[in-house]
Amino acid sequence: MSQAQTNELPSIETYRSDFPALQQEVNGHPLTYLDSAASAQQPDVVIDAVANYQRNDHANVHRGVHTLSHRATEAYEGARDSIQSFINAANRTEVVFTSGTTESINLIAQSFCRPRLKSGDQVLISHMEHHSNIVPWQLVCEQTGAELLVAPIDADGALNLGAFEALLSDRTRMIAIAHVSNALGSINPVEDIIALARARSIPVLLDGAQGVPHMAIDVQALDCDFYAFSGHKMFGPTGIGVLYGRETLLDAMPPYQGGGDMILEVSFDGTIYNDLPYKFEAGTPNISGVIGLGAAVSYLASIGMQRIATHEQSLLEYMMQELAVIDGLQLVGTAAQKAGVQSFLVDDIHPHDLGTILDHQGVAIRTGHHCAMPVMEFYGVPGTARASLGLYNNREDVDRLTRAIQKARQIFS
Amino acid sequence: MSAVDIRQGDDLRELYRELILDHARNPRHFRKIEDATHSAQGINPLCGDKLTLYMRLDENDVISEAAFEGSGCAISVASASLLTDLVTGLSRSDALDCFAEITARLTRADGHEPRDIGTNLDKLRALDGVREYPSRVKCATLAWHALNSAVQGHNTTVSTE
Repeated sequence: MSQAQTNELPSIETYRSDFPALQQEVNGHPLTYLDSAASAQQPDVVIDAVANYQRNDHANVHRGVHTLSHRATEAYEGARDSIQSFINAANRTEVVFTSGTTESINLIAQSFCRPRLKSGDQVLISHMEHHSNIVPWQLVCEQTGAELLVAPIDADGALNLGAFEALLSDRTRMIAIAHVSNALGSINPVEDIIALARARSIPVLLDGAQGVPHMAIDVQALDCDFYAFSGHKMFGPTGIGVLYGRETLLDAMPPYQGGGDMILEVSFDGTIYNDLPYKFEAGTPNISGVIGLGAAVSYLASIGMQRIATHEQSLLEYMMQELAVIDGLQLVGTAAQKAGVQSFLVDDIHPHDLGTILDHQGVAIRTGHHCAMPVMEFYGVPGTARASLGLYNNREDVDRLTRAIQKARQIFS
Repeated sequence: MSAVDIRQGDDLRELYRELILDHARNPRHFRKIEDATHSAQGINPLCGDKLTLYMRLDENDVISEAAFEGSGCAISVASASLLTDLVTGLSRSDALDCFAEITARLTRADGHEPRDIGTNLDKLRALDGVREYPSRVKCATLAWHALNSAVQGHNTTVSTE
């Protein structure tokens, strides 16, 4: 985008007013929402798109000849086009709707990997994965006799790329790794990882749940085989997500679930499966979720992911700097390449106590293991407090966070 | 400090009373009982609280010793510490009454009229602030659920989820 065009867009700070949930007070204080990595708030355009569908256009998709079904189908498939463009997929058939990142990963583990894996084969993940990028691989390894290898991380929370490379072998059949760590914020060197994998013809799945909301994603430039993400982390509804898959790979995969919409013809002698992407979308889909996600993607595109990334990077730097100067506060996750997520510990205050005291001051953060228990084990803590940023956060949010932490320290002093 | 801040601070003091903070910082009977006759583990998956309660019951079914170890938030550790203080010397059935009373008090079970739980249990009132924090009630009751499980002879793990 040219500078001239950028200047015509509203300041990044103004988008906060698009999010009605952020306009409220919580426990007598303006809401300071720093938990977008768990679930991001929704702008009016998403809420309105879902409401409009439900009020006016609700009908099943790909079925009826009547007007409402036509409108619902147009909106549903229009969202697919928006998402294809948003992640720069080569074909719209490569955008499969799922219930979220978790289902996307399970789909690949079961439909892509399970038929290919055999005893002695290896699947490589990293130590920083979310449980949703660990357990599906444990399951498929149990089912096939394959082995799950875990690439280590360094003390700052960055992937140890050398150790990662050393774990690759002629038995590696799959690499599944987070684009951005949900617990630590570390941005993995996915370009390097994919280059290593390409050289060995190993397929790569990126867990993009924390990537898509924070940076521009181009799946063709990345050259990944699969990219999984969730609607509710990117200002869309819950219960909807996407699996991007390379067409040739998706085409060769058996269906994940059977049912309506994923078939062309059913008889008791056998069934002919539908074409991509419908082969993987059995049953009536989450139509309102798809429409909401489509609206979220259009909203993000209208702002520009590069502007969002720049804003968040600057805010992350400010947050890390302001947190680091608090006595007794320890930052957890200080990798050189990070997205807007910061875990931390304060004195010997348990994260859960910290979370309650912050909530009392209107500051919403996540506390606990962040569905990444191995990361907590790595740092030898039961959990951390985590503040995570969205496009709508500003420096005042960070200042409210640091003041609330000071109050917690007073109470526990 | 604004009036709002003072009010908020006071509310938090209601939850984090001095007695609670004292027991959280210096938990009593914080050890394993090697020759425990009863024990149970309590897990709160939400925040990672994990503690094991150990007890020795004598031939008259009286709790002669109670101790615990593990890690958790201030509320769960303080509650466990208070528990070990309070149940020592109680009979099995008194301990179960105590469990019923504390869980009813903290969860405001329908129809529960706060009972006079006796002077020896006065310290439990320190946990009353938790009632205003539904997300923290599980922390406060975790050790008590472990107690219930242990005295009933279930040498097992209880979860608050």
